[in-house]
Amino acid sequence: MRILVVGGGTGGTIVANNLARRLSAEIRTRKVRITMLSASDRHMYQPGLLYVAFGQMTPDQLYRDQASLLEECIDFHVDPVEKFDLDHNKVTTKSGKVHEYDILVIATGSRIVPEQIPGMAEGADTFYSEASAVKMFKRLREIEEGTVAVVVGVPHKCPIAPVELIFGLHDYFKARGIRDKIKIKYHYPIGRIHTIKEVATWAKPEFERMGIEYETLFNVSEVDVENKVVRSEEGTETQYDMLIAIPPHRGMEVIEQNNLGEGGWIPTDRFKLTMNGHDNVYVLGDTTNLPVSKTGSAAHFEAEVVSENIASIVKIGVPVRDYDGKVYCFIETGHDSATYAMFNYQNPPDLKSPSKPMHWFKMAYNQMYWTSVRGLL
Amino acid sequence: MSDSKIVDARDTFCPGPLMELITHMKQSNVGDTLELLSTDEGSGADVPEWVNKVGHEILSNEKIDGVWHIKIRKAK
Repeated sequence: MRILVVGGGTGGTIVANNLARRLSAEIRTRKVRITMLSASDRHMYQPGLLYVAFGQMTPDQLYRDQASLLEECIDFHVDPVEKFDLDHNKVTTKSGKVHEYDILVIATGSRIVPEQIPGMAEGADTFYSEASAVKMFKRLREIEEGTVAVVVGVPHKCPIAPVELIFGLHDYFKARGIRDKIKIKYHYPIGRIHTIKEVATWAKPEFERMGIEYETLFNVSEVDVENKVVRSEEGTETQYDMLIAIPPHRGMEVIEQNNLGEGGWIPTDRFKLTMNGHDNVYVLGDTTNLPVSKTGSAAHFEAEVVSENIASIVKIGVPVRDYDGKVYCFIETGHDSATYAMFNYQNPPDLKSPSKPMHWFKMAYNQMYWTSVRGLL
Repeated sequence: MSDSKIVDARDTFCPGPLMELITHMKQSNVGDTLELLSTDEGSGADVPEWVNKVGHEILSNEKIDGVWHIKIRKAK
């Protein structure tokens, strides 16, 4: 049995490691082989970028060598896939090598596309790459007064990030002693301040307590860099001194180039996590078209289901579990408190009051991630 | 309307039905018709609120067996 994992992010790495342990006997006896193909020899802890943007972490703290995270029996290659031939169970990589498989796992992730909004790439700060997070922190250090506007593109990964950003901005400017000179204005695409009703209900009085201005039903249409104005599809506009954008996302180009899914999102069965029409192809993490948060947490819980099912297919011929839509998101509510939202397809989150211990837990998780991604936690 | 593109956002809390719809509207062409399926009680009101504000067109909006079926045409 040849299992091929395409993508070395959170989901792909957990699947590969989890399978390596579940199928250790089969791998030793050469009945199973696990191969991973990735675009990078490094693995980034992406949630750490928000801390970089506030000067609380440095970029080097976000990385580990990908090979160091993988079980030794996993055949790992830095050689990204360029062509998927699902009808013949094979892929072709950038180097021209062909890999055949019996089971394929696609976990290629997503990318930001600020260039889809005129002016956004030039006019807005973001924290979705190492360079942009450092740049954003430098801008935050420089600003002394004025309006900091936050806008949110659609779709975007980590739907909690816009709210965490607001809490972080409030605490950052407060710590600098200039909060009264900075107006923070938050813009959100739908008719409340967060897409999860329970989060919106909880966050609204918090925003009011912090003096955050907000405008809902604001989908960014353009950024007028010269005049420092951001405009919405709904016909409104905001003048800013610093603009921070959660940029719109798309799936990876290789998914679109191979016509595997509109927008780069692969049509996926929400319970089985198989690609529609291809029972031997599993999809997880940001790569799916599922109406599930694009977060490392979702990728993690999906990876557990996928690896358990692939292992059981090897051992007994059938999968054993469905994915129930589980997601667990920490919500940093400033620089010294946090809460969380846990939900699945059927049960909405039940938000608790923020606390310092939950923030400490998040701080600990930032390190524990490396255990988690090894499939141990 | 049999050629409507279905946006199945039933049983989802995040990113939620309206955010799913906006995602698919951005991927669609002017004149395309989408049908949003949602089990969120609020969709019957908050989806038309956004559609009307941004200038698209609601073609129908009905609840069948606990599921909102909202058809929208992309107008711009």
